[in-house]
Amino acid sequence: MRIDISRISKLANLSLSDEEKGKFEKQLDETIEYIDKLKEIDTMTVDPTSQVTGLENITREDEVKPSLPQEKVLSNSKSTHNGLFKVAAILE
Amino acid sequence: MSYKPVIGLEVHVELKTKSKMFCGCSTDYFGKKPNTHVCPTCFGLPGALPTPNKIAIEWCIKIGLSLNCDIPLFSKFDRKNYFYPDLPKGYQISQYDLPFAHNGFVKLKTDENKTIRIRRVHMEEDTGKLIHGIVNGKKASLIDFNRSGVPLVEIVTEPDFESAEQVNEYLQKLQQIIRYLEVSDADMEKGQMRLEPNISLKKSHPEQREEYRDSSSVIRRPQNDIPTYKVEVKNINSFRFVEKAIHYETERQRKILEGGKTPVQETRGWDEKRQITFSQRIKEQEMDYRYFPEADIPPFRWTKSQISRLRSQIPEMPDKKLKRFNDDYSMSGYYSEILTRERKMAEFFEETVKIGKKYNINAKKIANTIINKKIDANSILPAALVQSIIKQSKKTVVDEEELKNIALEVFRKNPKAVDDYKKGKNQVIGFIIGMMKREIKKPVENNQLKEVIENLLKIQ
Ligand SMILES: [Zn+2]
Repeated sequence: MRIDISRISKLANLSLSDEEKGKFEKQLDETIEYIDKLKEIDTMTVDPTSQVTGLENITREDEVKPSLPQEKVLSNSKSTHNGLFKVAAILE
Repeated sequence: MSYKPVIGLEVHVELKTKSKMFCGCSTDYFGKKPNTHVCPTCFGLPGALPTPNKIAIEWCIKIGLSLNCDIPLFSKFDRKNYFYPDLPKGYQISQYDLPFAHNGFVKLKTDENKTIRIRRVHMEEDTGKLIHGIVNGKKASLIDFNRSGVPLVEIVTEPDFESAEQVNEYLQKLQQIIRYLEVSDADMEKGQMRLEPNISLKKSHPEQREEYRDSSSVIRRPQNDIPTYKVEVKNINSFRFVEKAIHYETERQRKILEGGKTPVQETRGWDEKRQITFSQRIKEQEMDYRYFPEADIPPFRWTKSQISRLRSQIPEMPDKKLKRFNDDYSMSGYYSEILTRERKMAEFFEETVKIGKKYNINAKKIANTIINKKIDANSILPAALVQSIIKQSKKTVVDEEELKNIALEVFRKNPKAVDDYKKGKNQVIGFIIGMMKREIKKPVENNQLKEVIENLLKIQ
């Protein structure tokens, strides 16, 4: 299996230099090779796991709790405008 | 070659729970200051733990049940990954392979009881709101996260619609069901209900019936000619715009197909000013979202009794109510339809009928009054309406026979008016009513006179 590094970096929203692309492509290929090795284990009787706590049906009641003040929400942002976060224009 | 539209529909409905889907922030954000209904969870800060809102999940299941869906006894949330500035976590918590409800259907009245299959009803969270504008002379996008994390139910149909009219009927019905359940006001203008039709065209074979025999007498079904592409029109906020977008897309795609080409698979938007759809971006393939189970939220396992308890809480749905109104009150379908359009009105009517019974006022009289006088169920109590009907009926002591005779006399004296009416000049009825009132000399309702006149002229 080959890694399409350009596509993966695009999906992860990362811009990579050509040098980095070569480096990570190789690393990811090695990772997949390692997983191929894991595939040799017989897992016919093992259920796939995405949860490890064993908990089920965890919910909360529909009750309103206080939110953060606006200044705090905006405090880590480099650029804001009238209480809104500002980013470069997104072309629709 | 003629083509037939193949249309599927995705509808997003914002639930009116008090708090958001996975945190305690208030959902009452409409018209409020930006970024004031935000906490670490709905802002996607690292380490925040989402906890699902119980009521939102119950409402999602109730929507599923009302759309005749099966409720799987095991369900879970998944992460849908993509990058966009309105999505602070880099993923949306949604449901992928195990939605809360699936395999339902809705029956339409027109088109020979056409059935629209519901593929799935799942629960997810809304995104932040993007505003595009110019700041300090430069184009910029501004983000308000107040909406981020508001419970959203997505209802997906199979591509079963064949016309914009069928889509419109389905949408009316869906909105009515949601409002009956009182899980959302489904107000289009406030973005509480958002519509995304996907449209493509297939070749139609009018000459072929459902099944046919080929040259070796084998029974065959006509080739389906499933379209190889799909055009999605995003985030439309009016039923009328959906109809227009479908008509526009049908024509646009027909021209491309007739030119021997295939329309591009993509997402388009509806431009109401120019009355056209426009390309937004090439549709991402499904696998690009890299769905995987949401590890922060344990899965759900329902017992059959939990589901039947939810089912028992569902109020009588519009279709059933309409049929019962027809039967119980021997009313015309038209009257029943108006009275069952909104649950509040239906309940108001039945309450008024109950009280009216004590005063020998029949259901039909009450239905008449509510409809003809455009009574607002929010502004008068049932008992008060009954009292006003009693008062009114004391006024109109003139009996039907007497009115008929007076009307016939007016007709005899004014043959031209009768003639004009029959030629379609409906406004002449005002003149006839006036002439009758001169004869009656008692306060009497115009509507009663109008009814008498119309009935007589119909017979003549
Ligand atoms: Zn929050």
